[in-house]
Amino acid sequence: MGTRVFGEPVRRREDGRFLTGRGRFLDDLGRGALAAAFVRSPHAHARITDIDVSGALDVEGLVAIYTWEDLPGRVGDPLPLLIPHPALTHGRTGYPLARDVVRHVGEPVAMVVAHDRYLAEDAAERVHVEYEPLPPVVGIEAAARAEHLVHDDVPGNVGAVLVQETGDAAAAIDAAPHALEFRLSIERSASTPLEGRGVYARWDADDGSLRVYSSTQTSTSVRAAIAARLGLPNGKVEVVAPDVGGGFGVKIVHPWPEEVLVPWAARLLDRELKWTEDRREHFVSAAHERGQVQDVRVGFDDAGRVLGLDVRIRHDHGAYTPYGIIIPIVTSTQLLGPYKIGAYRAEVTSLYTNTLIVTPYRGAGRPQGVYCMERTMDRIARHLGRDRADVRAANLIQPDEFPYDQGLLFQDGRPLIYDSGDYPELLRKARELIGWDGFAAERAAASRGRRLGIGLGLYVEGTGVGPYEGGHVEIDTAGRVHVSTGLTSQGQGHETAFAQIAAAELGVPLEDVHVTTGDTRRFGYAVGTFASRAAVMSGNAIALACRKVREKALRIAADALEADPRDLDVTDGVVHVRGDMSASVPLRTVAVLSNPLRYAFDEEAAAATQFAVGRPATEPPVASGEEPGLEGRGYYSPVRSTFASGAHAAIVEVDPDTAEIAILRYAVVHDCGRLINPMVVEGQIHGGVAQGVGGALYERMAYDESGQLLNASFMDFLMPYATEVPRIETGHLETPSPLNPLGIKGAGEAGVIPVSAVIASAVEDAEGVRVDAMPISPDDLHTLRLRAADDPSLRVREGARTG
Amino acid sequence: MKPPPFGYHAPRTVDEALDALAAAPSGKVLAGGQSLVPLLNMRLAAPSDLVDINRIAELDALRAGDGGVRVGALARHARVERSAEAAAVQPLLGQALRHVAHPVIRNRGTVVGSLAHADPAAELPAVLAVLGGTVEAASSRGRRTIPAAELFAGPLESSLEPGELAVSAFFPALPPRTGTAFTETARRHGDYALAGVAAVVTLDEDLRVRAARAGYLGVSATPLVLDLSGAAGPRGDWAAAAAHVRERVDPESDIHAGAAYRRHLTGVLTERACAAAAAEALRKAGE
Repeated sequence: MGTRVFGEPVRRREDGRFLTGRGRFLDDLGRGALAAAFVRSPHAHARITDIDVSGALDVEGLVAIYTWEDLPGRVGDPLPLLIPHPALTHGRTGYPLARDVVRHVGEPVAMVVAHDRYLAEDAAERVHVEYEPLPPVVGIEAAARAEHLVHDDVPGNVGAVLVQETGDAAAAIDAAPHALEFRLSIERSASTPLEGRGVYARWDADDGSLRVYSSTQTSTSVRAAIAARLGLPNGKVEVVAPDVGGGFGVKIVHPWPEEVLVPWAARLLDRELKWTEDRREHFVSAAHERGQVQDVRVGFDDAGRVLGLDVRIRHDHGAYTPYGIIIPIVTSTQLLGPYKIGAYRAEVTSLYTNTLIVTPYRGAGRPQGVYCMERTMDRIARHLGRDRADVRAANLIQPDEFPYDQGLLFQDGRPLIYDSGDYPELLRKARELIGWDGFAAERAAASRGRRLGIGLGLYVEGTGVGPYEGGHVEIDTAGRVHVSTGLTSQGQGHETAFAQIAAAELGVPLEDVHVTTGDTRRFGYAVGTFASRAAVMSGNAIALACRKVREKALRIAADALEADPRDLDVTDGVVHVRGDMSASVPLRTVAVLSNPLRYAFDEEAAAATQFAVGRPATEPPVASGEEPGLEGRGYYSPVRSTFASGAHAAIVEVDPDTAEIAILRYAVVHDCGRLINPMVVEGQIHGGVAQGVGGALYERMAYDESGQLLNASFMDFLMPYATEVPRIETGHLETPSPLNPLGIKGAGEAGVIPVSAVIASAVEDAEGVRVDAMPISPDDLHTLRLRAADDPSLRVREGARTG
Repeated sequence: MKPPPFGYHAPRTVDEALDALAAAPSGKVLAGGQSLVPLLNMRLAAPSDLVDINRIAELDALRAGDGGVRVGALARHARVERSAEAAAVQPLLGQALRHVAHPVIRNRGTVVGSLAHADPAAELPAVLAVLGGTVEAASSRGRRTIPAAELFAGPLESSLEPGELAVSAFFPALPPRTGTAFTETARRHGDYALAGVAAVVTLDEDLRVRAARAGYLGVSATPLVLDLSGAAGPRGDWAAAAAHVRERVDPESDIHAGAAYRRHLTGVLTERACAAAAAEALRKAGE
């Protein structure tokens, strides 16, 4: 093989197009299309008593206005509940357009179609909807009190109660030498991709087919949903995810109401139709995440080893549950992290509120679980007067204990068994990178009045959930390698990483490999891009497809070269006898030879005739079991997830007067198995940490008591700028996964997972006051200081401040 | 987030602009558009007409003289921020402009536009107020000079009348032995401040504090100016001045910070800004 490509920090091939404004995003398409805009509920909870569209009818350029009553058959049915679960006893979903009751601000009530978006908004403004307001349920406490119900037929506002347990946690805590009990909370945030959602549909009446572009994380499932709703066969619906400007989870939900309505109306009107979500819509009608209140009881021994842990979590899932209870499942399982917990019980109560739906956002419940566990480790350390890192070390699963069975069921319904890892080494590297052991001296040497603090946190992340992904690889007669996989890309660098895998497997130059993702015209079976699964799932599927193609190429070349396939190798796109470049045939020629129909359209076809590969006259030109063409298809389906892991550490400084919090240093040690491209992995970590910093210090969803979202804009929703994100120091550990051919683990979500836990730990250390609620703003910290001045129980014991 | 329909005018001279404004009573002036365009897109403003003054060359002026700095209606933040001449005459302008949003916004936004927008959380109204500057307004009826104290009528409300165009702003020069400083705390770099202070401190010949004034943003409905000379005393007790300020200000709570924190913060920033301004005054007195 020529230059090593697998594992190299190859520059991202997609960046040239993105950085020069030549990306092809949803709104770049369909310039002549009609535009849709939506009339959305201004109320958190109300009954619709009348919709009067007459005021909008004289808007020039208006084409149509639709309400729920206009939707025929399955188009108007409630949206699907994608992932049912026995614990989700009261799952509810909304309608594509509200039928009679609206349950959150932003719920779509009417769709307006006009010649452009300006006119559509003009008309939407003139649609008069009469509402009879109903009492709104906002916040976890109000939902739990259940004085009012979000859904009349859901008692107590409880959608699900999920229990996960191993052993008798209550008994273990009671018998433990030490026990603590406390409450933690974490607020809402959201994916907020820079590109919002969007759908563009073209109906071909003569062909009876539909092409839909959607800014989605799953084009194949969107296709299936549209086909079912519109009564079309799958084969008559094409769904393409063009360049997608970020997803981070929110675009895995499908079908969104707009993904049903826009194709339906495009077909009905026989006109191209496009909807491009604007930022305000995204804040109130896409999805949020994270909000939880956690009541923790923990029992432990003198060394800080956890003997029993009992966590009761109240989870706010918003008005509907289209994505099931994935977040509660992930929180309650991944909470355990890299630790051996004696006995464990988690009970998650998932509650309805009159706020936007809650579906996975990068991390998908892990940040909350890790926050809970890591805050608990800090509590234990403080209680015992021990070093926080040492307490963690005392609880770690050891390298010789893999595979390690945590005794729970993971999100894929399979046992929670960690495949591989080296957690003590992660912790050691993180301590070294941040300078944990020298920090006390560093703090002592800092000038008087400065308040520095250090924190750390570990996590384990189940990645690469099944059920499967596939890859297709074809080498054409020009030697180009076309790789396609069904899952989609939202900026992760798949075009680069998948090309590296194919180039390495096939022995071809990287620049000859062309990657297509998320296009049902090219690959019809896929699951989607979420749960840090793309590299693991499609990466391995592509590798398997490449191995088939390589085997076929060697077989054909062996015939042509009159050699044994076992003596052949491929270097820089040329098949040759190992150690002898003179006996060789280029893959492009092998591609010609692979197809008995040899019209001499190009020089390659003509050149191929020199190789006398022919079949005996008594045999068919294509042998039984063979196929024409140099192509192959592979699927990868894992028995269960593979578990990545990491340790983060930070040093913060708090201003003694203004209570501002600055992150001075941020260190990440990360283990995602074999690295395909360390630069891409680092980019994923940087982006994740940036979102984690947002969740730790800046972002929340400011709902008032009536259910209005007060910060539905980038002016008031404080997504961090580059100026708020610290330089990130990274270290890698490579513990290959034994579960897949490439030995890789997912990396997409890792960066975000422990950040709130780490920053809380560091701020607490700097300030000497307990931090139980995140995010924390300067005002929050200032208020904590005032409260701690009067209440010693809020202060952290001085002895623990140094470590 | 698309604006409702509006009439659009692109005059080449001030007189043409004034004619267009006179003919469109609910018209709005478009200069840098950094506040107006988002308001239009969110349909929070729906003017009948936009009078775009970007083609009026005579308004693209910046003049620094002995008396002060005059900034024309088309001078962008970035130009004023980088002007050494303006900084030499009135350093507070550049000190404050560095805190206005982000470089790309400062490349388009205008100083006079920010004053006319009259956002009490913005930097420039506080600067004009603490310096006792003025705004020159023109209309088809004539011209008038509006003192800062009369310009800011309420949050996002100036005393400019329908048909009037703010053609320039004047920031008076500093007296001798005077230092300035600007400081603010924002949630993120470039955000509207939770609170901010523009401080001006003048020393007497014996290097005692003769006058100390501070202009505040983010803590009141219009820019607040406080005379701190008495509270600080001749020796410049800035902690005492801060305590005085905390008693005087009455900020509101919003989703980013509560009133109590803002009051506390206003004191902290007062102490820091006044100390920095006094140190600068001392340095100048020594020159």
